[in-house]
Amino acid sequence: MDATIKKNLQITACKVRRGVIEGTFNAKSGHPGGSLSISDTLTYLYFAKMGIDPKNPDMADRDRLVLSKGHTAPALYSVLAQRGFFSEEELKSLRHIGALLQGHPCIHIPGVDMSSGSLGQGISAACGMALAGKLDSKSYKVYTILGDGEIEEGQVWEAAMFAAHYGLDNLVAIVDNNGLQIDGPITEVCSPEPITDKFAAFGWHVITMDAHDFDDIERAFDEAEIISGKPVAIIQKSVKGKGVSFMENQVSWHGAAPNKEQYDIAMAELDAELKELEG
Amino acid sequence: MADVIKKATRESYGEALKEFAQEYDNLVVLDADLAAATKTGIFKKEYPDRFFDCGIAEANMMGVAAGLAACGKIPFASTFAMFAAGRAYEIVRNSIGYPHLNVKIGATHAGISVGEDGATHQCNEDIALMRTIPGMTIINPCDDVEAKAAVKAALDFNGPVYMRFGRLAVPVINDAETYKFELGKGVVMKDGTDVTIVATGLLVNEAVEAAKMLEAEGISARVVNIHTIKPLDKELICKCAKETGVIVTAEEHSVIGGLGSAVCDAVTECCPVPVVKIGVNDEFGYSGPAVELLKKFGLSSENIVAKVKEAVKLK
Repeated sequence: MDATIKKNLQITACKVRRGVIEGTFNAKSGHPGGSLSISDTLTYLYFAKMGIDPKNPDMADRDRLVLSKGHTAPALYSVLAQRGFFSEEELKSLRHIGALLQGHPCIHIPGVDMSSGSLGQGISAACGMALAGKLDSKSYKVYTILGDGEIEEGQVWEAAMFAAHYGLDNLVAIVDNNGLQIDGPITEVCSPEPITDKFAAFGWHVITMDAHDFDDIERAFDEAEIISGKPVAIIQKSVKGKGVSFMENQVSWHGAAPNKEQYDIAMAELDAELKELEG
Repeated sequence: MADVIKKATRESYGEALKEFAQEYDNLVVLDADLAAATKTGIFKKEYPDRFFDCGIAEANMMGVAAGLAACGKIPFASTFAMFAAGRAYEIVRNSIGYPHLNVKIGATHAGISVGEDGATHQCNEDIALMRTIPGMTIINPCDDVEAKAAVKAALDFNGPVYMRFGRLAVPVINDAETYKFELGKGVVMKDGTDVTIVATGLLVNEAVEAAKMLEAEGISARVVNIHTIKPLDKELICKCAKETGVIVTAEEHSVIGGLGSAVCDAVTECCPVPVVKIGVNDEFGYSGPAVELLKKFGLSSENIVAKVKEAVKLK
């Protein structure tokens, strides 16, 4: 990847992470851990990959993204704000009464392609969108992001079967493999492993990816682009809480908001990173 | 008297999908391995490239329908009522209802008249479940003519619609030439002054027959066909409550949460009158021939007559 592009993506991803902290702090609730683990991927998709137009969020031929792991909405909202779909100020009223930004993604929010958050459902909607694209001979792509805990839902595998059966090669499902879910490590709760083998067995082309390395992210999505005849699963190895030292790999940060002290530390860390990146 | 033509509304559903496919090129059909039973096979035969079998996976089917609708298609997600409203309830609520997507749910084999398959497949709870979803329209047609008109109305309406069809062949009581379907409007099938029988689905014909028998016994019964259970024609229900003073409801559904409950909700606000509910009581069904089961569960003109006689005494 071009060094300047990479630097810009890193800067944007850092701003996206600031938005995650800003949003969950002001909401006094929400899910920072899994939001931070998908921040780089979302930044890459919305700033370097997807065909979208913030001025025309409902553009018919746009690429689409369904955040199947909808509880990590703060990351999606933050990236949409950075991309100009709505003001960054909106993040401060996340989850408040009367706010634009609901606790989980809602289709009526500019840039949000599907309401989601009840786990296992987003991937099915993404299948429907991909099928519609095929029927209309459109070239748009549909991306969906799932949690590694989320794939314990049976509906995910109904969808996996469907996507392969109908050869939905315009569909890319990203599994955020940060290894932690609410009750603990995924391997201890009710293990969905081996994830790559499962998707392969269901007839998907499987790619593994380092979720925090933009060179590797680009490689993975470039590979996904050229696959034909089958859907693509990108299993991204990620760090829950990535970018905020005390949140990294801590299951306790799955669904807890930072208090003022923690907010200040997190923001100081991200600001320092931003300063270093911007040189 | 001319021979009564009988037809199952699921058959009407399959035929209507085929009939309207040309006019509505965004219409697509999904099924969950039941095309032969839901009669979407009629559509599939003519339009195989617009038919998608999802396999025995109703949860995913509802989600796929949501995604198709989000991209401008008008998907008809079809399976038995038990699985459409029951198994897939939460997907219908969160992926279709909450985003208010233009998905049509074709639920066949509703009610006790599923017959021999027994309790696991006799869905008497679907109306109750679907009524609780904000913005969901529910249509329960009474015959072939009304079922086809319901499909057309659903196509012309932008939003989620749950359509309820039956397995059993039932008399065609409406005239295709003159019938007009208006979403959300009840139909007065017969006027009367002593009592109003509010019926839906295959109980409409039973109610009409019951009214004839009651007439002979000196009771003037009004019969109202409620094909759209949600939004309910409250205006008509309240008018009937005021004019006849007592209501008997009749439906092939649990007495909990269905048409009877919806009617009670309406009259308690506008004109509290006694309401006697005929439906499946708080119990599961069992195997048997459909026609016999309907009689066993009191879903017959004879039982409507008996209940009306009790109801008028409550005035």
